[in-house]
Amino acid sequence: MGVGIEVKNLNAWYGNNHTLQDINLHIPANQATALIGPSGCGKSTFVRCLNRMHETNPIAKVEGSVHIGDLDVYNDASPVEIRRRVGMVFQRPNPFPTMSIYDNVASGLRLNGFRNRRVLDEVVERSLKHAALWDEVKDDLKKKSGASLSGGQQQRLCIARALAVDPEVLLMDEPASALDPVSTAKIEDLIFQLKSQYTIVIVTHNMQQAARVAERTGFFLSGKLVEFDTTHKIFTNPGDKRTEDYITGRFG
Amino acid sequence: MTRLRFHKSLDELKEKLLVVAGMAEQSIQRAVEAYRTRDLSICDLVDRGEMAINRLEREIDQMALDLLAMEQPMAIDLRFILAVIKINADIERVGDSAVNIIERVRELQAYPVCDLPIDIPRMADLAAAMVRKALQSFIEADARMADSVLAMDDSVDKLNETIHYALLNVMRDTPQYTPQALGALVIARSLERVADHATNIAEDVIFWVQGYDVRHKTSLGNGAGR
Repeated sequence: MGVGIEVKNLNAWYGNNHTLQDINLHIPANQATALIGPSGCGKSTFVRCLNRMHETNPIAKVEGSVHIGDLDVYNDASPVEIRRRVGMVFQRPNPFPTMSIYDNVASGLRLNGFRNRRVLDEVVERSLKHAALWDEVKDDLKKKSGASLSGGQQQRLCIARALAVDPEVLLMDEPASALDPVSTAKIEDLIFQLKSQYTIVIVTHNMQQAARVAERTGFFLSGKLVEFDTTHKIFTNPGDKRTEDYITGRFG
Repeated sequence: MTRLRFHKSLDELKEKLLVVAGMAEQSIQRAVEAYRTRDLSICDLVDRGEMAINRLEREIDQMALDLLAMEQPMAIDLRFILAVIKINADIERVGDSAVNIIERVRELQAYPVCDLPIDIPRMADLAAAMVRKALQSFIEADARMADSVLAMDDSVDKLNETIHYALLNVMRDTPQYTPQALGALVIARSLERVADHATNIAEDVIFWVQGYDVRHKTSLGNGAGR
């Protein structure tokens, strides 16, 4: 099951650039939360702070607290543990190109020491089914490489790979922006199904996509969280003029 | 990401709606003038106006549909287009009310003019004032002004009620004037409908500007009743 995320006084820097300023918000469990805003507003930095990916850059710095369920992300957990509990899917599908479909999905488990063949088979099948890819690849699991799949299938393979380690949170950074409309619809349907089991945070430039998949939406601007509310409110009658100007295309 | 072309299209949509609204308002004034003077040439003008109103109604709906499909508007722009679609339908029905009135005027040609104890022109002035004010609130995006239209509807309703009972008395006391009284009754009812459409337009303006749905409430504040 998914867990809620509590962010308090979160600040992030790239060198001297203060990219996130005093972010406070509660992301509810088992819902999809969309983050929108113009390029460079800090939304991707924000999700990278949730799983401690931001600090992998040597000039980056983070202050503040992030709790994922009962896990204090910046104080009592290793980055490896966090990334097991917080899966991430990126804009461009990035399957391991030389590995088979099966090995791509099993890679996270093997990294965590699982070797039992029967367990691996079960998890690979379950994860591919959760990612709505099983029916399309079940006959070629070990014959085809991840890179041989279409872009949309590769993205669902990456989602299956993230799900295989049984995370509680799934972060998605523009997961459908490189995909055609049919593949995009499949990813959106998938988000809809997955949120009953996982907490989903999705960064998107596509506001219609945010409106379609997310219960809550946050609008970032210049490193600040301007507004965070139900998606319905944000897209029909936002409370902040800056949000309205952005989503109606009056600046940006 | 500024959407200049889209916002120019919204301005064009607004201008077109104001054109058809002006025509509908003029039709009501003409129809009441035709009733007052029994001038059939004015009825013909209303008929011609109705054709133009219907054509513009379809054009406005098509423009709104295109913008919804092609531009996927959000927030105040989405509310604006929804409001335009609904206001457009109300304006077309104001035009229909004018046609209803001139149809009665044509029927009444078969009967002598009689002096009825009612003031149809006053009621028409009140209804037309509501339409004008609702449209002004649309032009100025002024929810307060739109709210004041809602309060005006009660006086039109009361006037309609007064006319209704006065005409019942006419029919009872001077049955030879029943056709004229029935005609006036239908005309008063049409004007009362015009006031209702003005109320709807004002409610749509409030929804567009402020995002609140005030239908079936007393005014901008909460409370049931309308």
